[in-house]
Amino acid sequence: MKVLDWLANIDRRLIFLAIGLAVAIPIIMKLRMPIRISSEVRSAYETIENLPEGSVVLASIDYDATSAPELTPMFRSFLRQCFRKKLKIIYTGHLAIGLPLAQFDLDMVTAECGAVYGEDYINLGYRPGYTAVMIGIGREIRDFFAVDYKGVPVDSFPMMKDIHNYGDMALIVDFAHGTAGEYWIQYVVSRFGVRMFSCVTGVMAPTLYPYLQAGQITGIIGGLQGAAEYEMLVGNPESAAFGMPAQSIAHLLIIAFIVFGNIGYFISRRKK
Amino acid sequence: MKRDIPIIITFLTGFLCVVAFFIPHPPLGDLQQRFLIWYAIVYGFTMVLGLDSLLKYNIKKITQRKEGWQYSYVLLFGLALVLVTGFQSWFKYGTPFELRSSFMYSYIHIIVPLQATMFALLAFFISSAAYRAFRARTFEATLLLVAAAIVMLGRVPIGKMIWSEIPVISDWLLNIPQLAAKRGIQIGVYLGGVVMSLRIILGIERTYLT
Repeated sequence: MKVLDWLANIDRRLIFLAIGLAVAIPIIMKLRMPIRISSEVRSAYETIENLPEGSVVLASIDYDATSAPELTPMFRSFLRQCFRKKLKIIYTGHLAIGLPLAQFDLDMVTAECGAVYGEDYINLGYRPGYTAVMIGIGREIRDFFAVDYKGVPVDSFPMMKDIHNYGDMALIVDFAHGTAGEYWIQYVVSRFGVRMFSCVTGVMAPTLYPYLQAGQITGIIGGLQGAAEYEMLVGNPESAAFGMPAQSIAHLLIIAFIVFGNIGYFISRRKK
Repeated sequence: MKRDIPIIITFLTGFLCVVAFFIPHPPLGDLQQRFLIWYAIVYGFTMVLGLDSLLKYNIKKITQRKEGWQYSYVLLFGLALVLVTGFQSWFKYGTPFELRSSFMYSYIHIIVPLQATMFALLAFFISSAAYRAFRARTFEATLLLVAAAIVMLGRVPIGKMIWSEIPVISDWLLNIPQLAAKRGIQIGVYLGGVVMSLRIILGIERTYLT
């Protein structure tokens, strides 16, 4: 009975310590686990695979450091897949504080893949306006992005020569930790008919399932699990795939704590 | 008159944007694009308004020695640092986002770790909160608890290692009951949004003017 009482009243510092260890030990010990590929991630992957060479993909960065562990592996895998397929990428976003962060990954992968700035990809940077910018690009991208992130006119880059609006883009991929993914679907996909899939944090993924089932998006890459699946499909298992054992054990531990808490709750209720 | 002019502007712009959605041809489409550009410009200036509000609030906090006034000095110092490094990098490299710039140095070595640390702490607090608050008090709460546990296990590889059907049940929960509830809520929310938009465009809802 004493053990049950203790389980029902665990000091929160012990919980903090247990979670810290549950995350740290699998990473230090470099544990590995098999990763199951879900249909929504496979569908997102195949959307890019089926694009013809030279197609233009708009990548919207709507996350910052708070969700980088989940979204950075997705973004890197996305860049690798696109450059391998010889697609062209327009890099922009609606979170001013997030764009410079993803720019590091952009610079890293473009150097790795030998992509040329202005020919294979372009960084348009941030513009205020959020949904107004999303809708406005539907008519003419230059109305909002006359210059790139360094102030160079976009018309001076060869890849931008024939790009004016969503009609010239084959796909939108949104990397978001908030509601930006939903705005892209509501304001752009439903209005301009452009194809899209979403890369989002684990907590945001369930909000996008209605759009996936309705066929408004072609796939969802959600959370660290989604990132790990996507890394496996692209063939570059990195931080997400290696982080899955830590997340698995942490989830198991949280469930165990919830069970302990409920045991304590029922014991105290019976005593009353 | 003071209230009538904003209501007329709201009605005209709102009406035009609704019509331009269905008829995006000139001159409606061009006018709508013009409005969107104005919106983006106004959106940019709201950041200046936010800066003004932030400065006033923290300076007042320091001068009146309110609780935690010392932290306002940290905030003002951080604000000044970002502005100074931003402008310095702009003048030196033509953009603050040049990777060698002082702005990017402060971004990578101060802002990013601070943001990541704040969010990483959530894992600890969520665990502690789940332990204390996630109770099977009622049938509905028990149902939620069991569903949450299955989804938590189904979304990680260990779920399949425990029982191969856990990911299948997790997918079913996400694709059927979760989706049905979500869709119902979303339809309700967006119908409410349409009603509120119509009320604003027609001048029935005027609370935004106060």
